[in-house]
Amino acid sequence: MSTPRRHRVVERLLALVAWSAVIALALIFLFIAREGLPALWHGDVGALFAPRRWPGYDEAAFIWQPVGKPPKLNLVPLLVGSLKVTTLAMVAALPLGVGCAIWVAEIASPRVRAVVKPTIELLAALPSVVVGLFAALVLADVGRRLFGFTYRLNASIAAAGLVLAIVPIIFTVAEDALSSVPQRMREASFALGARRWQTTLFVVVPAAIPGLTAAAVLGFGRAIGETMIILMASGNASVLAPFDPFSSARTMTATIAAELGETVRGGEHWRVLFLLGVLLFVVTSVLNRLGAWATDRLARRLGREVSR
Amino acid sequence: MVLLVQRWAARFDEAHPTIAVEVSGGGSGTGLAALENGTADIASASRAIRPEERARIERARGARVEEHRVAIDAVAVYVHPSNPIEALSLDELRALYTGRARAWPSDGRAIVLYSRENSSGTYAYFKERVLHDADFAPEVQPLPGTAAVLYAVSRDRFGLGYGGVARPRAVRVVPLRVGDAIVAPTRQEAHAGRYPLARPLYLYTLEGARPSVARFVDWVRGPEGQALVEDQGFFPVGEAPIARRP
Repeated sequence: MSTPRRHRVVERLLALVAWSAVIALALIFLFIAREGLPALWHGDVGALFAPRRWPGYDEAAFIWQPVGKPPKLNLVPLLVGSLKVTTLAMVAALPLGVGCAIWVAEIASPRVRAVVKPTIELLAALPSVVVGLFAALVLADVGRRLFGFTYRLNASIAAAGLVLAIVPIIFTVAEDALSSVPQRMREASFALGARRWQTTLFVVVPAAIPGLTAAAVLGFGRAIGETMIILMASGNASVLAPFDPFSSARTMTATIAAELGETVRGGEHWRVLFLLGVLLFVVTSVLNRLGAWATDRLARRLGREVSR
Repeated sequence: MVLLVQRWAARFDEAHPTIAVEVSGGGSGTGLAALENGTADIASASRAIRPEERARIERARGARVEEHRVAIDAVAVYVHPSNPIEALSLDELRALYTGRARAWPSDGRAIVLYSRENSSGTYAYFKERVLHDADFAPEVQPLPGTAAVLYAVSRDRFGLGYGGVARPRAVRVVPLRVGDAIVAPTRQEAHAGRYPLARPLYLYTLEGARPSVARFVDWVRGPEGQALVEDQGFFPVGEAPIARRP
């Protein structure tokens, strides 16, 4: 029996739709790579990464000052800024997200779970402009009043906003991981006389470790790619102060957003902004692959069929 | 400047319903880039066009770029209303914004410096005119738009910012010290050339553009357009008295 013609047509169409996402992604990458990578061989690569003593400066420094004479396009302050804000956000969001997940998956009653779980997940639907506005207008003043920050807008304020954006992601993935630990493992643990907290801490959480890793990795990926919250709340000064959470931070994403509109198409500044895009693209796709790999491991470890 | 252009566009639309004017913001460079790409008929800019920009546009579009002065903007320096400082000289501003001086003389607390993003014409103007093309200190926080700078300074007792004179709200405008004189950014001082941070605002068009483009520019430079310039807190062009609408 041969497949009817129209079935084949529909199959082809669906395959095309499925592949279109892959093709779009490949084309986007090609586009930003074509614009950005030439910065590495046409421009002055040393100036992108190494400190330099510019005219008028007392010592060699990492300077991002793309409009000026001469333009100074050192990426180090931006890399440091991105890592600083993201790390700060993760330090707060990881325990929060995983803690919520453990509570919802293991401890809360089904009725409470039915309220709390969708609420936290709804947080992810908050547009980042709204979160950014909240951070820049409310958190910034609160921070200054409570802690007397020198800078009203600083990396810790942006990180606080980011926490709101990434906790739902960490929570959702972690909660899935914990809930997918088979009931029989818990029952076996109870049968051996373990209490609930012992079961949670020594059986369920270790079994779900790959899933929790995926949660962390995906949260990190979301945080490093976030733009609006940081643009509005971090102060955006390109200082090189990796260990001062209360100074400003200029991230790669915010830099692209703030500067691309002005740059001359095809110029050096334009290429370097696209190079930042390539860096971000590579980092987030590696992180996403890592997250997917960790989820696979979880599934295999728990003896289930890998669905992908 | 984008707010002023939006007001012009809205009022012009009422008077000329057959001509649609669409306004989009982003900074002087953004507008000139749009003129080059052909996505805009008119570029508004708060700085004069650079020779290389003019060359690029003329090469890309095959027509001469025409410049129209449409208003005078003075860049004002803002502090928090509680700040007692009487006046600042351009040298003092330069020392602060390049990071050579870091504290308020009044109480020694660190100054928090606000600036505009580097896509802004005001940024370029300030960098050239005040910093003499030196770099801003890395600690300077660039903000997207004069409104953002105004808000930040209004919330920050140790803040110092700069931006247009158009309706500064909830901040104090600090006059500039020029020699022994103290000059405030007023229309008289700007027109007399005494206020050191006053600059013209421009519209740029292409020679041989559609007639509707010329009509808009003429209208902007005429009494109705110039009345809106005053409404928005800029100074009108030309010495001639401006006919005000009732």
